[in-house]
This record gives sequence, structure tokens and C-alpha cells, in this order.
Amino acid sequence: MNKIIKYVILDILRNRIVLAYTVFLLAISLSVFNLEDTAGKGMLSLLNIVLIVLPLVSIIFSTIYVYNSTEFIELLLSQPLQRKRLVLSIFIGLTVSLLLAFLVGAGLPILFYSGSQAGLVLMATGMGLTIIFVALALLGSMITRDKAKGIGLAILLWFYFSLIYDGIVLFILFQFSDYPLEKISIVLGSLNPIDLGRIVVLLKMDISAMMGYTGAVFREFFGGTGGSLYACLIMLMWIFVPLWLAVRKFNRKDW
Amino acid sequence: MIFATNVNKRFGKLKALDNVSFTCNKGQTISLIGPNGSGKTTIIKCLLGMVVPDSGFITFNDRNIIHDWKYRRHIGYMPQTGRFPDNMTIAQVFDMMKDIRREDTATFDEDLATAFQLNRIMDKRMRTLSGGTRQKVSAALAFLFNPDVLILDEPTAGLDPVSSEMLKDKIRKEKQKGKLILITSHILSELDDMVSEVIYLQEGKLLFHKSLDQLKKDTGEEKLVRAIARIMQANK
Repeated sequence: MNKIIKYVILDILRNRIVLAYTVFLLAISLSVFNLEDTAGKGMLSLLNIVLIVLPLVSIIFSTIYVYNSTEFIELLLSQPLQRKRLVLSIFIGLTVSLLLAFLVGAGLPILFYSGSQAGLVLMATGMGLTIIFVALALLGSMITRDKAKGIGLAILLWFYFSLIYDGIVLFILFQFSDYPLEKISIVLGSLNPIDLGRIVVLLKMDISAMMGYTGAVFREFFGGTGGSLYACLIMLMWIFVPLWLAVRKFNRKDW
Repeated sequence: MIFATNVNKRFGKLKALDNVSFTCNKGQTISLIGPNGSGKTTIIKCLLGMVVPDSGFITFNDRNIIHDWKYRRHIGYMPQTGRFPDNMTIAQVFDMMKDIRREDTATFDEDLATAFQLNRIMDKRMRTLSGGTRQKVSAALAFLFNPDVLILDEPTAGLDPVSSEMLKDKIRKEKQKGKLILITSHILSELDDMVSEVIYLQEGKLLFHKSLDQLKKDTGEEKLVRAIARIMQANK
């Protein structure tokens, strides 16, 4: 299994997209921290960029990579290798390279300019989101054989999680604003990993006071150890459920 | 060595394999023959576990291949069209395969790679290779690990006459060693002096599985080409 991971990572490093992504993240993080006068403001800007760019790059790059490795997969399927290991190796190879890019591109600047608890939580969130969107990409590319459809599905998923979902939540909150929605908004927040990440990081910053009554409820729920554990658990579920489904699909796929 | 029992496979509406059962033993050279789309490649891919049958089972050395993957270390496979990762060089592909199958092979059989003079173009990337050169690479890879079973899907298609002869010589040589060889080809004349058995498929059904001598006796023809032509006409 390690051998396959090695070949996947070598292959990813050979096409320079991940390198460009690292440099891009590095440029953004450095400029954001240098432009804003306090590290806190810099973090806030970085948070917004991380929540948009990270899922997009992770899901699109991984989808295209899986489709482009069709030949690689076909070649290895006829060899004495376990199917499950093959697909997991591709997953781990993608995850490791994208995580490396994130840690070098955004992690190092965060540690350097704002090594606070909020910074660490932002790093953890970024890592979680990267893994989640690689898993979603893997699942998407197992569902459809057609590359164009697969990439379309990936873009749609990203759109859903970063824009459409928020629209739906806002709609619900406005329509039912006469009712107490605090508990429901916690549930709604966990149904989207990007929102969950945003809430968790914002709560570690001082600005959560500006989020009003809902912010206070969030603070009460997510602020303690139980809340952090809950957030971690939901994030892990967002990783393992798509991954499990993708492995299942891969095991039954015809080549 | 290989038992297939009532293997069925559907691709959407198309019934690719319809209750196919057969047995292959060590030392046999079996040719899979049938019109285009009769399920030859599907059978081969089922044997390799690349296509999962809807029902029925296949055993390799008495082990069901569904839950087993190690059996593939005994198989060398040459696909119909060799598809390789575009940006790997030939050398990298060879190194990777050797790396993956290191445990189960003591010595590598590089006869074909030498015969095809692949060492001269080792640093070329796969996407720059012509179809024929790719075929040479897949042939060399299939024989590289000295496997007990060789599965060759249209091995000579796309090869120039000289290389095609080299490959056929190699197949005969491996046959002498008593290996099981499964081969599909539309060029029946080249199979004549190679195969010992014939499996005939039509529309996913296995029509018959006979030894070459029996087939010749039954049809009264001396050449495989004519024997098969007779059967194809009789089935129209």
C-alpha cells in the first residue's frame, strides 16, 4: 500500500498544480497578515479565503486527478493488489499532498503571525475541510464515468456547500423568525462542514459577541470541551461517510 | 486451475455473459474465439477481477477470486489496448511494476523487452508512444514476472510483422514450459500451430469448448480458419 501512495504522491508532485496552489496560499496569507494592522483581522480575512478556496481546489483537483488516473487504476487492477487498498492509496496520496500544500502555504504564516488558539483551530479546520472535500471528490468520481459530468458534479457540490446551503439556511431563518431557532441553527450548522468550520473558528475569535443571541447559543454549545468534541465528531463523519461510500462503489465498479 | 461456473454479466440491457462455464488446466493453450462483442474481453476481465460478475463464481486454484486478490500474482495480462499513465516514462512503469510484484518473483523475464529493444527508448513518456510500441510495452510487462498463467487479449493486433513473430515465438516458448495460456485473436491462421483448445463464444453464450483436434475432426476441416468459418455460417 505504501508503494502505491508513494507513486500517487510522486505523480501529483510532478504536475505542478499543487506547487502553484502552495505558492498561491502563501502569497495570500502573507499579504493578508501584512496588510491588516492586527493579526486578528488578518485571521478573519484568511478565514474567509480558506473557507472558499480550500474546498474548491480540493474537490476540483481531486476529481480531475481521479479521472486522469483511469489508466493508472486499470494498470494496477490486473496486478496482485487489493482494490480497497488501491482506492485508499489514491485517497491518502491526494490528501497528503493537499494537506502539505495547505500547511506550508497557510499553516506556517498562521503560526508565525498568530500562533493563538484561534490560529490552531483555523489550521485544524482547514485540514479537516481539505480531507472532507477530497473524500467527496472521490465519491463523485466513482458515481459517474464521464469526466465532464464528474467535474460538473464537483463544482455543483462546492456551490451547494459554500453558497446554496447558506441561502437555504437564511431563507429558513427568515421564514420562521417568529419561532425559537437556536437549536435548529446548531443542527443546520453541522449539516455543512464549511459552516461548521466557520462557526468553530469564529467562536475562538473575539468577534462572536457580534453575532447576537444565536452567537451566544453557539458559544454555549460549541465553547466547551463537549462542543469541540461534537464538532470534531461531525467533521470525522463528513470524512468517513463519503470515503466509505466511495470505497464501496469502487469495489463493485467494472473497468 | 481456473473454473468458471455459471458466470452472468449484464451491462445495462446488454447481456455480455450468459451462463458461461468452463475449465482451464495447466499446460493448455486455449483460444477464445467469437465475433466482435461476443464477450471475450468481458470473460478475461472477469478472470482478472476487473469486471465483477452479477452471478456465478470463478475459482483460481480452488479459491474463489471474489475474496482473493493474491491469485493475480500468478497471472500476466496483456490488455487489448495498453493504457498507461501518460506522464510516466517506460522505465518508470517497469520500475513501478517490479516494485509492486517484487515479493512474488525472484527473477525477471526480460526476453521480450530485449527483443523489442525497449531499452533504447526507456526514457520516453508513455503519451508519446505509438500504439504498436505501447503493445510492446504491455507484452513485455505480461511476461516480465514469469507467471503461471498468461492472458493475452489480441496480442498481435497493432504489432508489425517482425515484432508479431517475436511475440508468437515467445508464446510458443512459454507453452513448452507447460503454462496455461489464454489467448484471443481474430487472426485465426496464427493460432493454428499454437492452441490446443478452442472456446467459442457467441452473444455472450459459450457455444462449445473443444480440443483443436476434436474440432477439426467434427468439422472435417484441416485449418482452424475454415473450421471456425463453417461454424459461424452454421450459426447464422
